Amino acid sequence: MIENIRLAFQGIWSHKLRSVLTMLGIIIGIAAIITIVSTIEGTNEQIKENLIGAGNNVVTVQLNKDGYPYDMTWEGIPQGVRVITEDTRKELEQIRGVEKVSLYTARQYVDQVYYQNNQFNGEVYGIDENFLNVYGYQVKSGRGFTREDLESFRKVALVDGNTISTLFGGEDPIGRSLEMKGEVFTVVGVVALSEEFAPTINSYNEYWLYADTSAGAIYLPSAVWPSVYSFDEPQSVAIQVTNTDVMTTVGKEAADLLTAKQIADTESTFDYRSQDMLEQAQQLQSMSQSTNTQLVWIASISLLVGGIGVMNIMLVSVTERTSEIGLKKAIGAKKRRIRLQFLTEAAVLTSLGGIIGVASGVGLAELISNMMQIPVSISVPAILIAVVFSTAIGVIFGLLPAVKAANMNPIEALRRN
Amino acid sequence: MAIVTLTDICKDYQQGAEPVRVLKNINLSVEQGDYIAIMGPSGSGKTTLMNLIGCLDVPTSGSYVLDGKDLKDLSDDALADIRNRYIGFVFQNFHLLPKMTAVDNVALPLLYAGVPLKERKARAEEALRAVGLEERMTFLPNQLSGGQCQRVAIARAMVTKPALLLADEPTGALDTASGKQIMDIFRQLSQEGMTILMITHEPGIAQCADKVYHILDGRLRTGEGGSTDEE
Repeated sequence: MIENIRLAFQGIWSHKLRSVLTMLGIIIGIAAIITIVSTIEGTNEQIKENLIGAGNNVVTVQLNKDGYPYDMTWEGIPQGVRVITEDTRKELEQIRGVEKVSLYTARQYVDQVYYQNNQFNGEVYGIDENFLNVYGYQVKSGRGFTREDLESFRKVALVDGNTISTLFGGEDPIGRSLEMKGEVFTVVGVVALSEEFAPTINSYNEYWLYADTSAGAIYLPSAVWPSVYSFDEPQSVAIQVTNTDVMTTVGKEAADLLTAKQIADTESTFDYRSQDMLEQAQQLQSMSQSTNTQLVWIASISLLVGGIGVMNIMLVSVTERTSEIGLKKAIGAKKRRIRLQFLTEAAVLTSLGGIIGVASGVGLAELISNMMQIPVSISVPAILIAVVFSTAIGVIFGLLPAVKAANMNPIEALRRN
Repeated sequence: MAIVTLTDICKDYQQGAEPVRVLKNINLSVEQGDYIAIMGPSGSGKTTLMNLIGCLDVPTSGSYVLDGKDLKDLSDDALADIRNRYIGFVFQNFHLLPKMTAVDNVALPLLYAGVPLKERKARAEEALRAVGLEERMTFLPNQLSGGQCQRVAIARAMVTKPALLLADEPTGALDTASGKQIMDIFRQLSQEGMTILMITHEPGIAQCADKVYHILDGRLRTGEGGSTDEE
């Protein structure tokens, strides 16, 4: 066997150009698959990191009705659900693994929000003093909310970068006045996600918000929220935890606590639930996976074509070496041995192509990662499968030429010189 | 003791619609230690006869007993085994593998016999020494002269210690001096007790053998040792 492998390398080396051209199909196929798989893995890793909040580890707990998140934008103020008090907030902070707790209210696709003649239809949040910290927002210009703002019911607002472009036409918004349902708010600052934080995505809506161009967000002090929207509105809770591992357990514990405290009626269809980050991550991953699986199929066709190329060249090689085969059979080589020799040669050829393909695929993935800012993750199992697979291609497509060689008539074979 | 016993051997080849009988009722007995030359013009069937004796082909009818073994109805692999164990081939065109050194070429039949690597190498070197090529062991065939190549081929044929050395025009591709050298080696092997069967169309070469047979139109007839002229 070792002798066969050595002979195979000798054969490949003595026909360098031909061998490289033969391997090219396999190289391209394997390289494409490795590149695609690496970028899928990388994208998935990123989605997962984003969803479970790498950097700021935020878990949100929201009011649910009948098992679905309750959205006050459409459904109004829920009956029989209390507002979360400061005492309850402190209780939440006592849960093991909790770093910080923020209470907030939110509306999506708002209307009746204007700057001059421009209408805004993004999101509006009523936030407490912890909100920016918990989500990892930084004040880019102007100032954030002060205790004064929150306690004195000042009608001030923060906006994000998207709002500047959608509502203010790119002008500096600080000091300008917004009209929200007839109330006038003064913009005091611009916020953005701190650069060291990846965006934290807690729901599909937020995912698309970050993925697509969103209309932007406006933040108000929670104290003045009722002047625009409503009183007694139960808040959502954003909890920053000490590390990623405890997110799920903390989320559940907080949700149970809130359900027990806030919902008066035990028969109610309302309850508090934490967002199951992992499940969402998996759903998003499967979306990116399914598109890329198609790409892998296309790349597999290239492997098939490569395999046929190998078969073609092996058939040529068998014909060329007719006299060698004839001699070997004459001096006592059995069919099995001849078959094995050519199978080994095909398998070594394609394995070599596979290894070169893996190397180019890894290189290509890194290049794409650098050029397009897409994260890649090189998967070791994928590499092993690729090499094994390319060897298998050699065996499969080498079979016909090998059998042809083994069944040659030694007399005919010796006569051709 | 008879090494080769051919009885009523016939061989047909399909040529177009009609089968053509190439060998007609061949009877031949080769005794241990015989040195026989078979002469015949091209198309006489001598190569077909060699292929049959060399177990590269099977007869249409008749029986072939090699070293006491009846070779009827053997599979391809079984015939390969017989060739490996009983027969040493020397071809007109040497048929050395161009990318292997002399010693590797010689060791090849031992690989198929399942001999371990170390022993293969030792026996191949010994066989090369016997044909006077101890200085050329690691040379590639294209670094050797024709005569030297044929000596490597003889070493390869002899390395398995076969019962029969089968030579097909062994000097056909060589100049006179090299041809003579090869014949000297054959003579020496014969004196050591080797059974040799050689086909040739050169009377001068046939002369070197102890017995000469003529084959014409598929029929074998005996001739005088070396003195018969080719028509």
